Amino acid sequence: MKNGDFEPRIVGILCNWCSYAGADLAGISRIKYPANIRIIRVMCSGRVEPTFVLKAFAEGADGVLVSGCHPGDCHYGEGNYKAYARKVLIEKLLHQFGIEKERFKLTWVSANEGERFAQIVSEMVSEIKEIGPYRPPRERMRELQPGAGTPPAPGWLAEEELETAVAGGAVAGE
Amino acid sequence: MNYAYMPGCSSHSSSRDYEMSALAVLKALGVQLEEIKDWNCCGSTPVSSVAPVTSMALSARNLALAEEAGYREVVVTCSSCYSMLKRAETYYRNDPAAREMMAGALKTMGRQFEGMVTVKHILELMVYHLGPERLAAAVTKPLKDVKIVPYYGCLLGRPQKAFDDPETPTSMDEALRITGAEVLRFDRKSKCCGGSVMLTKQKAVLRLVEEILWEAADRGADVIAVACPLCQLNLDAYQTRVNAEFGTSYRIPVLYFTQVLGIAMGLDKKHLALGKTFVPAGRVVNI
Amino acid sequence: MPDVRIGVYVCHCGSNIADKVDCAGVAEFAGGLPKVTIARDYQYMCADPGQDLIRKDIKDHKLNRVVVASCSPRMHEPTFRKTLESAGLNAYFFEMANIREHVSWVTEGREQATEKAKALVAAAVARVFYHEPLYERFADMNKRTLVVGGGIAGIEAALKIAASGNQVVIVEKEPSIGGNMAKLDKTFPTLDCSACILTPKMVAAAQDENITLYTYAEVEKVEGYVGNFQVTIRKKARSVDMDKCTGCGICYNKCPAKVPNEFDEGLGMRKAIYVPFPQAVPNKPVIDRQNCTYFQKGKCGVCSKVCPTGAVDYAQEDQLVTEDFGAIIVSTGFETLDPTLGPQWGYGRYDNVITALQFERLVNASGPTQGKVVLKDGTVPKRVAVLHCVGSRDLNFREYCSRFCCMSSLKLAHLAKEKTGGEVYSFYIDMRAFGKGYEEFYNRVMEEGIHFIRGKGTEVIQRAGELFVRTEDTLLGKYREVPVDLVVLNVATVPRADAEKVAQTFGIQRSPDGFFLEAHVKLEPLKTATDGVFIAGGCQGPKDIPDSVSQGAGAAAEALSLIEAGKVKISPVVASVDEARCGGCKACLALCPYGAVDFDDEKKVAVVNEAVCKGCGTCAASCASGAMGVRHFTDEQILAQIGEVLAV
Repeated sequence: MKNGDFEPRIVGILCNWCSYAGADLAGISRIKYPANIRIIRVMCSGRVEPTFVLKAFAEGADGVLVSGCHPGDCHYGEGNYKAYARKVLIEKLLHQFGIEKERFKLTWVSANEGERFAQIVSEMVSEIKEIGPYRPPRERMRELQPGAGTPPAPGWLAEEELETAVAGGAVAGE
Repeated sequence: MNYAYMPGCSSHSSSRDYEMSALAVLKALGVQLEEIKDWNCCGSTPVSSVAPVTSMALSARNLALAEEAGYREVVVTCSSCYSMLKRAETYYRNDPAAREMMAGALKTMGRQFEGMVTVKHILELMVYHLGPERLAAAVTKPLKDVKIVPYYGCLLGRPQKAFDDPETPTSMDEALRITGAEVLRFDRKSKCCGGSVMLTKQKAVLRLVEEILWEAADRGADVIAVACPLCQLNLDAYQTRVNAEFGTSYRIPVLYFTQVLGIAMGLDKKHLALGKTFVPAGRVVNI
Repeated sequence: MPDVRIGVYVCHCGSNIADKVDCAGVAEFAGGLPKVTIARDYQYMCADPGQDLIRKDIKDHKLNRVVVASCSPRMHEPTFRKTLESAGLNAYFFEMANIREHVSWVTEGREQATEKAKALVAAAVARVFYHEPLYERFADMNKRTLVVGGGIAGIEAALKIAASGNQVVIVEKEPSIGGNMAKLDKTFPTLDCSACILTPKMVAAAQDENITLYTYAEVEKVEGYVGNFQVTIRKKARSVDMDKCTGCGICYNKCPAKVPNEFDEGLGMRKAIYVPFPQAVPNKPVIDRQNCTYFQKGKCGVCSKVCPTGAVDYAQEDQLVTEDFGAIIVSTGFETLDPTLGPQWGYGRYDNVITALQFERLVNASGPTQGKVVLKDGTVPKRVAVLHCVGSRDLNFREYCSRFCCMSSLKLAHLAKEKTGGEVYSFYIDMRAFGKGYEEFYNRVMEEGIHFIRGKGTEVIQRAGELFVRTEDTLLGKYREVPVDLVVLNVATVPRADAEKVAQTFGIQRSPDGFFLEAHVKLEPLKTATDGVFIAGGCQGPKDIPDSVSQGAGAAAEALSLIEAGKVKISPVVASVDEARCGGCKACLALCPYGAVDFDDEKKVAVVNEAVCKGCGTCAASCASGAMGVRHFTDEQILAQIGEVLAV
């Protein structure tokens, strides 16, 4: 598939109080943004488990957006800080699974930032269009089989990590 | 202890006395300042107001030179140099855009800066790093019956708070108190002396200078101690003009705080270059 | 599990959705999804006929799950939950797909919009399969209210609640209630005397049989949750037996130790045993032990000797009491910025530079000068400068506008003119006369001949014994130095020094400026992040008297609406622990912002206090063994949703 025709599919996991409301406001203000994002609501970005993100990739998502309230604005005080702390862990996990870090984003969108939400989605869609579709490591490994020509250089993925990822099964869904 | 030293343009000309006294005092304290080889203009006020990028790149080059020579600290006497170099250092550490710009400029000169060098004003070095005890131990001829007002000028604490409070700095008070002199309260210690518009808005500068002189005289100061070449020049050289303009009769010696320290430490007067002021240092020198 | 039968309803929302989404197509698609018994599209699902359609289908087709694809759940989820309930189905067997705000209103192409709508419906269907019945529960509501801070906002709140026949306790840190308003002389824009309108309310609060006053007391600890707070209050040792004391005043007349009077902003003196001001409520003294000769040196004892009723009790100790409350109103007020932080303002440097509150005490008849405006040397100033925005609207100090100081500065200018007859200068950046009658008051003061200079008074200098205010007069476009005799600094209003501690005690958040944060900046100005804890008055942000009073009354209404309901509704969307899986690692305990997770030391498992839990799910996300879950946002439900949302 050429990048030009590629329409990425992004799962958005949004907190109820700020970001989901911000996405609602984008709608109420009739701000148009790409239909590539599919939104799921949680009460707080602090609820987002790494599993949710991995599950989305396992189901074929090309990107995952997690969004919460701005620092200091969390409805529950500090759930968004917990999400932020978890971000580091998730990025590390994704790296180990051979998933480009650009495919995962954690942002802050308040209930009155409809425009910002639309902008974040638009930017993320075009960024992921650049990277291309998500292909599970297993699929990429097939290209490494003898006879498949010179293996592509996975610059962002150390060889041993790629092997670990493949040996451990491509994803950790449930 | 050796530090890199950035003299700046005035130290080798109008404020030779500042440099000489500073080096003499530090030498007596066991500290050696080593001039940065091939240093250049700090990019001071005139440049920074019309070409901020060039200005910061000029400062950055000095920092890069010091870093290349293996120093971790650059000591500066001039307040303007201090302000400029400190600004470059701060921006380099905290502002990615400015860092990129400075790195780009340095690259064209075939240099680079890693941000490993810290800029220190000589006042900061003496009071906060060498420490008051070390200064006090070096005082051999405490000043008696001398009243001093410390005048910091505007640049030491501005624009960002560096080592002292911008409005009510205290470091020089502390250094001077060690000499045995009576350090007077001075409300205008951080007011602008008009240095940067000395040549373009003389009337305004005279008013600013007059106000500083007035308070010093009003409080009965024998000496105004300063830490900046431009302040020294302004307050010292313009006293006659001020007197002519306002019908006053100020005649207060304006000395660098390093000179005052040097006197109290009993250093050779010729190393302190005490004869260079317009208003003679007089009584303070002769005690 | 009995057979799952899902009904899916795709709403047109008139043309709002139907214009961009092929609703019939979506319904047809939904009809083919597993477990879907019936799928329809309809004009307006939220209208009565739409809801009737659902009710009828639940009955006819024995539906036990419902998905409505329409607007945002933030809009109509409660509506449809009621629909399900009225048809005898648990309200939580419902899920919404947001195909208006998230699809039709934001998408360009019809084809893309329809595809996205199908995906969201598929995800909702997958999710609702795993829904479980949940039940809202109720806890009893304690009818007593605690008001913390006895300023005008707190007094107003207490009086309103007491008038309804319910019990209130006011806890006040100082020896008397009254707060900042008690220090004021006149109030703008009417210029009525502050004490004259405040003291009747203070007395009313003291005499109301439903109000209990704990002055010279502080809240130490708050436990529990809305409806059932357990509050520990420290009643500081007053050293005077309140029951025996008659308030005769002989003790403080005879006391030999003099201390600067805080109530007079340090201008006058008080004794070590004192009542802060003549109209204090309660009008009974307290011993300031830090400055009392007896407590510091062990001798003196004059007050004890002269007291006719033997009320002075040096042996008194702090008392800790724990009481139960249903609601809490925090009205701890504000402070003013320390003017020595800006040496350029000359405060502390020059004698005749004072703050606005000090000026209030000067002009007050019961103040240190009996109402005379005089300089330090006792002479009457001929020229008075009033500086607005001292530390407010200033990035070096406080970025925000302190809101009421324009008006209070006008009042001070008026009083200065009235009391001294001299020249009065008002230095302002902008004049903000926003309230009822305020602009009129501004006009009135202008006509009195006050000199208004539009320029921030940036610096106060002294030269040859004379004060000068420096400013850039932005109307003249000139730099000016105005010679004056007295400078009044109207310093910024700031959060109290102990705001952080108070916020932590009550579970209140703070906005970046340090004031207490309301639940919603526009629509919930009195609620906080903690249910049952309300805020009123200056602790939330700078406020004048009318606004503080309104907020006090408003907070009372908030408290009463809880009290009168008699019960607190507890959302069933809370965390729950699968004890069999819990490893007892306690990670969730530290993460919970509400302290809702406890540890059962016997079973060695986490226990959720459902009344305190708000259901954010931070604990569930961090549980290593998967024992912690959140009802209605279970892993199963969310993963099912993620699984299907990409299926189309």
